Amino acid sequence: MTTQTPALAAGRPAPATARPPSAARATRRRIRRTALCFLAPFAVLFIGVYVAPIVYTVDQSLYKLHHSGLGLSAPTKTFTAFGNYVDAFHDSAFRASLLRVLLIGVVQVPVMLGLALLLALLLDAKSTLLKRFFRFAYFLPYALPGVIGALMWSYLVAPGLSPITSLAHDLGWSLNLTSNGMLAPTIGNMLTWGWTGYNMLIIYSALQAIPAELSEAATVDGCSAWRIAWHIKVPMVRPALVLTTVFSIIGTAQLYNEPATLQAVAPNLGSTYTPIFAAYDSVANNDFPYAATESVILAVLAFVLSFGFLRLVQRRGVAR
Amino acid sequence: MNNLVSRPTRWVVLALMTLSVVYFLAPVWWLLVSATKTNSGLFTGNGFWFGHFNLVSNLQGLFDQQNGIYPLWLLNTVVYAGLGAGLSTLFAALAGYALAKFPFRGRELVFNIVLAAVLVPQALLAIPLYLLFSPIHLVNTYWSVLIPSMVSPFGVYLARIYAASSVPDELLEAARIDGSGELRTFFTIALRVMSPALVTIYLFQFVSIWSNYLLPALMLANDKLQPVTVGIVGWEQQRGIGNAVPTNIVITGAALCVVPLIVLFLSLQRFWRSGLAAGSVK
Repeated sequence: MTTQTPALAAGRPAPATARPPSAARATRRRIRRTALCFLAPFAVLFIGVYVAPIVYTVDQSLYKLHHSGLGLSAPTKTFTAFGNYVDAFHDSAFRASLLRVLLIGVVQVPVMLGLALLLALLLDAKSTLLKRFFRFAYFLPYALPGVIGALMWSYLVAPGLSPITSLAHDLGWSLNLTSNGMLAPTIGNMLTWGWTGYNMLIIYSALQAIPAELSEAATVDGCSAWRIAWHIKVPMVRPALVLTTVFSIIGTAQLYNEPATLQAVAPNLGSTYTPIFAAYDSVANNDFPYAATESVILAVLAFVLSFGFLRLVQRRGVAR
Repeated sequence: MNNLVSRPTRWVVLALMTLSVVYFLAPVWWLLVSATKTNSGLFTGNGFWFGHFNLVSNLQGLFDQQNGIYPLWLLNTVVYAGLGAGLSTLFAALAGYALAKFPFRGRELVFNIVLAAVLVPQALLAIPLYLLFSPIHLVNTYWSVLIPSMVSPFGVYLARIYAASSVPDELLEAARIDGSGELRTFFTIALRVMSPALVTIYLFQFVSIWSNYLLPALMLANDKLQPVTVGIVGWEQQRGIGNAVPTNIVITGAALCVVPLIVLFLSLQRFWRSGLAAGSVK
């Protein structure tokens, strides 16, 4: 061991940089080789579990399965280019699932992020002993695995078991949280409950990074706490808000766990409720090419939405 | 203390924060209280308060159910989340460090591909992975869940940002001059400097493996290989079938697996914040 401690090593003089050109090229080659070695384990796995499935899915979506009349022999596969895509756009159940998830997202994501921002600002402004407790309480739902949280909420809304509906019943109000009309709000609530704390913590961390002098200067200038929050703090945590929005869009697009768990207490929840449901339904019908098509459409839409959002906020950021 | 906030406003703020606490904690409280009730007790009386205390026999029932498979599920979860998160953190650290500290052509391209992968909905990869793993006989083995768990693009992203800002080039150059190989420099110097970020990456990946339901649900038909999430939801979904697992057992199982997580979160709170701050500064 020649380098005993980092501090000691850092104290050494910088190396002489003048080297002949061939040596420089050799160094560059050595660096590239080393970089490849370091990247190799991640890269191999990444290709295996990200690139390969994506390529496979896109490729399969271009074929069509033909089942023989009796369905006894193996189905044959023919190339159809975009035939499946045309079918998917005419598939009213699939279109409805996309629209349903879009609507849930349009309502739920702003509610959740608004609540997360509000709680983060309140936590940031407060200097009480209770702060640690509040922060912990808000973040706790993230500690529960998504499906366990969803399972808990399923029981909390299940007819007969739900303490919420029984409370409403005592107040003379009949409430069914698993009726057709209540499914989307119930799922939205599950998502909000599970993810507000996580988003709050991201925003809160960004708030903590704002130098205290800024708020102090504004206070001296006579700014109220609300104005400081809105005009100084919120613009400064913009990157955190953008990050949480993008993650929320991606998360909503792949909505599955919550409705799947809810289904056990709400049989009225259909088998193509979300796009992922629809894709699984297609796999269950032994039609992977169609499931692949649905997956590609969903991925592209999620990407367009999140990327479009990024571009939108970037342009507005420049315009300011 | 902020003197500019008026008294009534302060009360409104406190009320809002308390109301939110109730919203976030009441369901967990309900779960823990319900774990102490008999099956019929669940359907009568106040859901948010204790009834006939039946926790011990619920636990007995839970550990007897299906020939005592519950502890095995817990063990599986620890294997998947613990081992998967450990390996993915190591690989992410190696890759992030290389992307931060070795200038080579195509570096930005590689980094952008990794970033784009963060935007891929994970749930969509499960089916094609199943179909790809099926012919090579990986389905229904520990590997079918472990291999996908070892990859964390978000981890590489965090590791790169942290390595770029906190591992000084002079330190690495000095180590090279002293004749230390690149791998040794990484393991003896870089890893130590990067350790706060590595803890965060580990925690993130741990939670994401632990919460991932779709992949193990699809890959593992053998219930002896399943993690606790898949097992418990499997029990829940039997609801309404003749020989279903009683609801009080399902609830006890859910409550019991949540307790260690709450303890873990309480003790590791500060790491979440430091890591999240690093990730959202960009």
